[in-house]
Amino acid sequence: MKRTQSRALPYLLLAPSLVFLTAIFLLPLVQTIALSFSESGVASLGNYRRMVSDLNFGLALRNTFLLVLVVVPIQLALALGMSVMIEKIGRGRDLVLWVWTIPLGVSDLAAGLVWLAILQDRGYLNSALYGLGLIEGPTAWLTYETPGTLFLGVVLAEIWRATAIVLVILVAGLQLIPKEYREAAEVFGARPWTIFRRITLPLLKPSIQTALILRTVLAFEVFAVVYAIGGTNFPVLVGEAYTWQNANQNTGVAAAYAMLIVVISLAATAIYLRVLRVPAEQQP
Amino acid sequence: MAEITIDGIAKSFGATRALEQIDLTVADGEFVALLGPSGCGKTTLLRIIAGLESATSGRIVIGGRDLTEVPTRRRGLAMVFQNYAVFPHMNVYENVAFGLRMQGADEARIKARVGKATELLHITPYLDRYPAKLSGGQRQRVAVARALAVEPPVLLMDEPLSNLDALLRLEMRAELKAVLREARTTTIYVTHDQTEAMGLADRIAVMHGGRIEQIDRPTAVYERPATTFVGGFVGSPPMNFLPVTIANSRLELPGASLPAPQASGALLMGIRAEDLTPVADGEGLPFDIAVVEPLGAHDLVTGRSGQTLLRVAAPAGSGHKPGTRIGLKPDPKRLVWMDPASGRAIQAQ
Ligand SMILES: Nc1ncnc2c1ncn2[C@@H]1O[C@H](COP(=O)(O)OP(=O)(O)OP(=O)(O)O)[C@@H](O)[C@H]1O
Ligand SMILES: [Mg+2]
Repeated sequence: MKRTQSRALPYLLLAPSLVFLTAIFLLPLVQTIALSFSESGVASLGNYRRMVSDLNFGLALRNTFLLVLVVVPIQLALALGMSVMIEKIGRGRDLVLWVWTIPLGVSDLAAGLVWLAILQDRGYLNSALYGLGLIEGPTAWLTYETPGTLFLGVVLAEIWRATAIVLVILVAGLQLIPKEYREAAEVFGARPWTIFRRITLPLLKPSIQTALILRTVLAFEVFAVVYAIGGTNFPVLVGEAYTWQNANQNTGVAAAYAMLIVVISLAATAIYLRVLRVPAEQQP
Repeated sequence: MAEITIDGIAKSFGATRALEQIDLTVADGEFVALLGPSGCGKTTLLRIIAGLESATSGRIVIGGRDLTEVPTRRRGLAMVFQNYAVFPHMNVYENVAFGLRMQGADEARIKARVGKATELLHITPYLDRYPAKLSGGQRQRVAVARALAVEPPVLLMDEPLSNLDALLRLEMRAELKAVLREARTTTIYVTHDQTEAMGLADRIAVMHGGRIEQIDRPTAVYERPATTFVGGFVGSPPMNFLPVTIANSRLELPGASLPAPQASGALLMGIRAEDLTPVADGEGLPFDIAVVEPLGAHDLVTGRSGQTLLRVAAPAGSGHKPGTRIGLKPDPKRLVWMDPASGRAIQAQ
């Protein structure tokens, strides 16, 4: 009696959250899958065909991957550097961490608008450049004729906006590593860079994995920042889903885009889980 | 040459004084044990020598080189950490090889040295294992092997055998002593096990409350403690301290008269359990037996003389009974006299 009760208990306690998740996540997901594979109620791959043959599809796919491949590694490197620096600070540590994580509190659309204000024709950047005599008048950086600077603008805004989440995870992870490991390495003659590479980095792997999964999945869903800065000049996958849903009123193709993003995110997660795996026996 | 000079080291953590004023010189190749109760500052002192902690004042000199500005990695020492700090993501072989790799040793040399160190500590069967799959004692031996493998001129060990069973500890102790003597390694060895300190060390530094109370050869620390603390901390059972009153430069006991180092007044008479000989009631100090513990080699007899608790090592099987009264005769050559106010030894004139 007692035993069966204690065995059922975990499931009972989990049940409400499972019901909740099923209702607001699983059902819509199933619905989206169904939607993407049907055309006016008939099973078909038509939505996917239309998605792939669309003029913007290749561009959106390329842009999204390019953004992820450029932004995420830079963010990881920056966050690693910042978290190691924060570790070394004694007094004022919390203040520095607080300032560095301010962008976390800004919504992505607002972040995009901030960078738009800086980078647009008559924005702060151009005023500064003009003041320095580097440009002759308002210069456009964010049009489809200037894809390089447009891309750079988006990259900058994304890095500014979302590095902090990686930082927070890494700082928490670093605090879990006892300082004795680094001290022991130092006693045995390791230089700071060697300690970082051979001790800190391997022990930080679980946190790096978490941060990368979170950040990469979110990066594949990049939209508001891009939309605010570049409008439709810089197509990305979620932006295309949005366009098909709202401008083209075609839910089926929008659902196909949504599914594509889900699959890419899952694949990225699976890769991270595999590549950055820490065997149980090597965990502290 | 790796002579260590600890010159006026003091350390405060905020308002806490961890080390008061430490002066200590360890000769090249010497083995000094730091012995003291928990929290007396042993680990803190080792960490300052290693450069992992900065002293509030004072300096560390090793081999004539002032290390104040020298970073830890260039101090040329090895250390066994109290909590081992064995790298969890490296197997035993890589852990032990770590110091050698940092020195850029070639693979053949690493292999030889790791083999030697792991053999000495009986951990060769575990070379491929990760620390998570080792017992506490095995992990501790990995930490010791990692320090020995680099064959450092200076070795700092923080309770390196604390987690081993009594037999293994005895064996490791002997092997460590032999290896370190042969390599002429200057060693500072932290322990709060006084038999370990007595057995291993050329000299013992007894620490208490952030100070060194006494530093001397093991037998001298045992026989002539400089303070009542040292007498009580070193040796098992602790030294007996009996308050006595002196008159005419002598201590008069029934059937005995002992010379005292001062003309008159109150003193503490310190004497080891084995230096009190049980005699018949009416002779020497009156002693009421409370407990008799047969320990094999001798009987440990605990009781009271007046108000003072005394412990006596009587010959095994001497048949003393609790509740009876006997007399105790102190060996006059093995007495130490302490000032009751300061707790410090009084040097006989
Ligand atoms: N980082 C620290 N911050 C504040 N106080 C500390 C710190 N490290 C040590 N102390 C204090 O300094 C004193 C000495 O500590 P230490 O670790 O040197 O003791 P120990 O002799 O090694 O004790 P044990 O035998 O228990 O290991 C203790 O009172 C301890 O509380
Ligand atoms: Mg300690």
